[in-house]
Amino acid sequence: MSPRRERRKKPRPDNSSGAPLKQRPRGRVNAYLTHHLWVLVSSLGVLWRTPFATFMTAAVIGIALALPAGLHVLLQNVQNLSTGWEGTAQMSLFLKQDVSEKRIKSLAKKLRGWDGVAEVRYISRKQALEEFKKLSGFGGALDSLNENPLPAVLMVRPTSAAAEPGQMELLLSKAKELKHVDLAQLDMEWVRRLSGIIELGKRGVLLLGSLLSLAILLVIGNTIRLTILSRRDEIVVTKLIGATNAFIRRPFLYTGFWYGLMGAVLAWILVGLLLSLLSGPVGRLSFLYNSQFSLGGMDLETTAILLGSGIMLGLLGSWLAVGRHLQAIEPS
Amino acid sequence: MIQFDNVNKRYPGGHEALSGVSFHIEPGEMAFLTGHSGAGKSSLLKLIALIERASRGNVIIDGQNLNRLKNRQIPALRRKIGVVFQNHNLLFDRTVYDNVALPLIIAGYHQSEVGRRVRAALDKVGLLGKERAMPITLSGGEQQRVGIARAVVNRPPLLLADEPTGNLDPELSAEIMKLFESFNQVGVSVLIATHDHDLISRLDHRLLTLKQGRLDHDGSTSDLIGQTVAAGGES
Repeated sequence: MSPRRERRKKPRPDNSSGAPLKQRPRGRVNAYLTHHLWVLVSSLGVLWRTPFATFMTAAVIGIALALPAGLHVLLQNVQNLSTGWEGTAQMSLFLKQDVSEKRIKSLAKKLRGWDGVAEVRYISRKQALEEFKKLSGFGGALDSLNENPLPAVLMVRPTSAAAEPGQMELLLSKAKELKHVDLAQLDMEWVRRLSGIIELGKRGVLLLGSLLSLAILLVIGNTIRLTILSRRDEIVVTKLIGATNAFIRRPFLYTGFWYGLMGAVLAWILVGLLLSLLSGPVGRLSFLYNSQFSLGGMDLETTAILLGSGIMLGLLGSWLAVGRHLQAIEPS
Repeated sequence: MIQFDNVNKRYPGGHEALSGVSFHIEPGEMAFLTGHSGAGKSSLLKLIALIERASRGNVIIDGQNLNRLKNRQIPALRRKIGVVFQNHNLLFDRTVYDNVALPLIIAGYHQSEVGRRVRAALDKVGLLGKERAMPITLSGGEQQRVGIARAVVNRPPLLLADEPTGNLDPELSAEIMKLFESFNQVGVSVLIATHDHDLISRLDHRLLTLKQGRLDHDGSTSDLIGQTVAAGGES
């Protein structure tokens, strides 16, 4: 038996007299966790007692978070839509004049076997000429030529996985090395532009998000500052009784935590509302374009980021306010 | 327990609240601190609880020189000192039980221990039936006893009281003083600042008298009888 245990086994002196006793409080860690839990719940209770004021603060935070979160979700949808348009990103292989029909057929077959190729369409020289005549209106001029000047073309449509710029570039350079290909061309300037626009949009959302985060910090900081000032007497008394700064800080930090969490949940609801309001018109529009596209909601990752950043901002805002204002309150 | 060694306290602006104060209160001793308002009683108590720091000289509490105490060590010092205030300083938004439990929660005691000690302290001051009451519903004397329960619940070796009977009638005051004496009997050092001469003249304890920031007299309360002040008399 350890000496410590032995000591504990000794009968305790009667403590009800109020005599000073030097004994270590039992189960400190346990008590510490219990205390944290208690502060967590009681700080929510304090907020609950002033529902209107709490809702106002949470709503400001919620709106400020909903703006970048909503834009982010919309951008994600645009990105999904653009990768969904797999049929429009394609590659034209112009073949050399002297390649025989049979060779072309076997080349098309070979191409179909490639990774990332969804479909290969063959346009013969004759077809190309007819198409050109029809569309350009230069039919008469072409008739005066002895020979068909147009090459045969293989239209290569990539799979959706290979439709993004980097992959297409790779496919193109591979196709250029084929023996019978005279010229390989990628008509995807618009894909690049769109992805550029999306990148720009993402950067914009990030900047807007940072700016609004700053605003949230100020809102929470100011709210916590007012709470601190209104509980000044309590802080002074607890300091006199021997409370550490961490002890005094704790309820305010948890208050910030709750504000952040409530704001994030409100933002989540707002974004959901926004998407459900948009999904009707978007569905009708995509129907008019013969598309199966429907507006996607907030995914798990975005939800986690939204809740996490709300909580972090709440904690940080109250931390800043507490650090700044608690020092000023000392018993006198 | 409390040792003042040639202590000066000068406030910004030049007002000297204490000058050259030296005394020593032994562990387990009970003493009164008296003097006119402005004589430096409050300043002296503030130096002990480290609400303020001495401008010069040493204040030593329970073997710790407060000059060498860092700010983050202050909470630990204050947990060794129970303080009773004239205006009680209770938190009016929580029950009597929660008020008394506060020092224990601050010190990180286990819930079951907290309950046991709070009830023991409330029993001691005769308020066991009022745990669930809000302080605002109590009389002045009861509020003061809640304040005392809070000061002793942590079983500090030192108890300070600043005009604990300031707002109470003589009968209640005598009761409160008896309470302090009973804590002293079980080994708590007690220092009570008061200007209630009638009350303390009936009790036999050490008496420190401050006059314009100087220790004017250090003797026994029995010296007060007949208002004859024997200079330098020891108890």
